[in-house]
Amino acid sequence: MSVLRPLDKLPSLNTATILLVGIEDALLQQLADSMLKEDCASELKVHLAKSLPLPSSVNRPRIDLIVFVINLHSKYSLQNTEESLRHVDASFFLGKVCFLATGAGRESHCSIHRHTVVKLAHTYQSPLLYCDLEVEAFRATMAQRLVRMLQVCAGHVPGVSALNLLSLLRSSEGPSLEDM
Amino acid sequence: MDSYDASESTPRQSTSSRPEDYFIGATFLQKRLESVRKQTSFVPTPPRRKIPHCSLLQEDVDLQKVAFLLHKQWTLYSLTPLYKFSYSNLKEYSRLLNAFIVAEKQKGLAVEVGEDFNIKVIFSTLLGIKGTQRDPEAFLVQGLTLLPKLECSGTILVYCNLLGSSDPSTLAFQVAGTTGACHYSWILSKSQLPSENRESKVLWTGWFCCIFGDSLLETVSEDFTCLPLFLANGTESNTAIIGTWFQKTFDCYFSPLAINAFNLSWMAAMWTACKMDHYVATTEFLWSVPCSPQSLDISYAIHPEDAKALWDSVHKTPGEVTQEEVDLFMDCLYSHFHRHFKIHLSATRLVRVSTSVASAHTDGKIKILCHKYLIGVLAYLTELAIFQIE
Repeated sequence: MSVLRPLDKLPSLNTATILLVGIEDALLQQLADSMLKEDCASELKVHLAKSLPLPSSVNRPRIDLIVFVINLHSKYSLQNTEESLRHVDASFFLGKVCFLATGAGRESHCSIHRHTVVKLAHTYQSPLLYCDLEVEAFRATMAQRLVRMLQVCAGHVPGVSALNLLSLLRSSEGPSLEDM
Repeated sequence: MDSYDASESTPRQSTSSRPEDYFIGATFLQKRLESVRKQTSFVPTPPRRKIPHCSLLQEDVDLQKVAFLLHKQWTLYSLTPLYKFSYSNLKEYSRLLNAFIVAEKQKGLAVEVGEDFNIKVIFSTLLGIKGTQRDPEAFLVQGLTLLPKLECSGTILVYCNLLGSSDPSTLAFQVAGTTGACHYSWILSKSQLPSENRESKVLWTGWFCCIFGDSLLETVSEDFTCLPLFLANGTESNTAIIGTWFQKTFDCYFSPLAINAFNLSWMAAMWTACKMDHYVATTEFLWSVPCSPQSLDISYAIHPEDAKALWDSVHKTPGEVTQEEVDLFMDCLYSHFHRHFKIHLSATRLVRVSTSVASAHTDGKIKILCHKYLIGVLAYLTELAIFQIE
């Protein structure tokens, strides 16, 4: 199957699965480790991928949240993300996709303007998070945040759904996007 | 500038007083404050820019005067507006700065290995280095060496009336070993050798300029002089001493201006777009690959005419450069490289760009090679400096 769909598999009991997509293996691995260290009521599964489409030979559970990790230092990661976005079904974008921009701390190394990433997130109507994944403390905080988001997207938090969360996150961004 | 954002951008605690107290009308700063209050970040980069043109330089500036600015490696700093600086007091400033430098050197803080020389500082204005009439005049600070005083145990012999030679600068060294065939008279004096005939070597140069700094000029009040770009050539310790004096006297702040890869690719595109009669240097890019244990450098040199041909095929709108054209130009170079070497240059970091017009390094070092586009290059750098100040 070349396109990821959110509801084509049955959910497993008390399990939440997140898919991290990005070209930087080391960073993704570290983020995954931080996430698994968090204590969480549901069982967490973290899948890592360099790009989509995922190989169909592997038997994997239903994916609850996709996080695209874009490294602001390299244009290649942005191109990779844009390529991968084509293989995600439109219904995923109702709160189950999120963009994570890393590397904004070192301004002199950035080759992508933040504007570009903000526009990308706006086009896909998904939240954009910033985190310097190379720094331990920020990574731990971001892992905590992603775990909470994952729980909401998997439906493990009563009363809040992924779409709810999306509209909550969107309202805090404000009307700056009209300036673009 | 530190653009680290936490997951939700925290509101910056900027001035709590109302913006109307500072100026009238919606200016740049007010728009900025509004956007800060909305808890968003202001994105000032325009998606299109003008290609630098050479018109202003030829009107006002004598080529010889700016020739010394070319072909030298300058380190860039951004400078906040100077308080109560006036162009008529330049001599006064020279005097004060000289005194300060002497004091610093005597304190022993600037430890320099080598001969103990004195630096004499001269301020002068550089006419014509400006974008519009509103821009303040650029001025130059040069540190010249004074020749070391000849002192040997209290008496100095200086002048000999040797037959024939009347050039006083050659006399001093012909004293020892003269035969009795010539008249000479000893003069007891402690004066230095006359330095009018010698050229003092320029040890340190720094210049301040502002090209098209309208966005900054609008926001500051009358007492401030806006010269956001500072270029220095010389030893670091001298730059530090002179910088400290400026900071103390005019209540300003220097910070080193680093150029990120995004801006370097803009510079590459704009400078390739410049029309040149003949090319003095090849167009060269340098990338740094972050791999362990040590980083790898990839250097990519293109014949300047080929680069110009590529740019012409990409460029659509005359007189303006857009973000898409810059991206397309760089993507063409990347894909060409990938086809031959299977390396994705877009995953690496652009460190250095050098063309026939100028060359720039990400650490904030720049060398300008072509006088025609001097103003254009400085305009872009001024924009970066202003962006960093804000």
